[in-house]
Amino acid sequence: MSDAFSEASDLSADDSQDVMTPAELIAKLEEAWLNEKFSPELLESKSEIVECVMEQLTHMEENLQRVRKGDVKASVHRMEIDRIRFVLSSYLRSRLQKIEKFFPHVLEKEKSRAVGDPSFLSPQEFAFAKEYLANTETYLKAVALKHMPPNLQTVDMLKAVPEPCLDSFVFLRVKERQENILVEPEMDEQREYVIDLEEGSQHLIRYRAIAPLVASGAVQLI
Amino acid sequence: MFCEKAIELIRELQRMGDGQLPAFNEDGIRQVLEEMKALYQQNQSDVNEAKTEGRNELIPTIKFRHCCLIRNQRCITAYLYDRLLRIRALRWEYGSVLPTAIRFHMCAEELEWFNQYKKSLATYMRSLGGEEGLDITQDVKPPKSLYIEVRCLKDHGEFEIDDGTIILLKKNSQHFLPRWKCEQLIRQGVLEHVVS
Repeated sequence: MSDAFSEASDLSADDSQDVMTPAELIAKLEEAWLNEKFSPELLESKSEIVECVMEQLTHMEENLQRVRKGDVKASVHRMEIDRIRFVLSSYLRSRLQKIEKFFPHVLEKEKSRAVGDPSFLSPQEFAFAKEYLANTETYLKAVALKHMPPNLQTVDMLKAVPEPCLDSFVFLRVKERQENILVEPEMDEQREYVIDLEEGSQHLIRYRAIAPLVASGAVQLI
Repeated sequence: MFCEKAIELIRELQRMGDGQLPAFNEDGIRQVLEEMKALYQQNQSDVNEAKTEGRNELIPTIKFRHCCLIRNQRCITAYLYDRLLRIRALRWEYGSVLPTAIRFHMCAEELEWFNQYKKSLATYMRSLGGEEGLDITQDVKPPKSLYIEVRCLKDHGEFEIDDGTIILLKKNSQHFLPRWKCEQLIRQGVLEHVVS
């Protein structure tokens, strides 16, 4: 896939200003996509990747306009654009689904985030989540809650909406060797539960134990 | 028994199975709300009595009624919220205009919620990338080929494809179209993907 993409980018003139080559960019997008797809919770937002890919797609579309009709090359590139757009849409879609599913928790996490820490939501996603929360609260209030006895007119969304299940199991491939990973981080008795992750090896493990490694990019969910 | 009406609401949704939207049970909701009102009033008077006359034997009853109230509240919100999730799924399936049959099953506030959701989603999608944004309700399946063979299931009228050609989508006619243009129409049931 990446071969054909870099070929396509030869058509575009001004991608030299990017530090990343298009192939690297797409690899990054795929990595973020798979991680997002398989992790139970919402991961850090990668808006800069999304923006770069969008830009690339626009470039490629423009270049395609210039190719004369019936050229075989055009349909290959067209296909390439479609594939990239699918990955990008699917990535954004799975993020949006998680935001909708866990909206009170997502917003809570974003609010309690220290200044300077990476944001979990892009500004647009944040706006969306806030609107979704307000909309749903207004709705519940209008239909039922305001007709209830005075002490029952509010619902604590944080309690009512389920949290992401961090104890679910995920498959992963190790990209950088890791030592002394605690399999049961919340237990006191630790010695027997320490493992090393060899580079290139694959594991089935609880998400909670390796969540920091997913965030740092040391492992890839598959 | 208390709370039975509320459970009935939940059962009604469960019986429908995934993704289907039964008619909004306004009557059921009203009955539960009335039950809650009655429970609350009884509790109020019992609380007063327990306080003024020191009748401690009333307290368990009060607690029991309170639990029923909480349960009723929970069931109603669960019913409403689950319906919202189904309505949300409809936006992704049918696009921003819902079939009349489905709108008929929604209450006014649900329609309002749906419109608001539609707006939020549209704002979000417009804000992605360039001027036009990105429609992420498209490209749901990984693309296998550029063009696909489709058959028209009903008359849809004229349809413009990317290069400006206009084709007439007539019932039972068969076309060879770019996949990204017909995805939505396939989901709406206008076109059918012909797998040879």
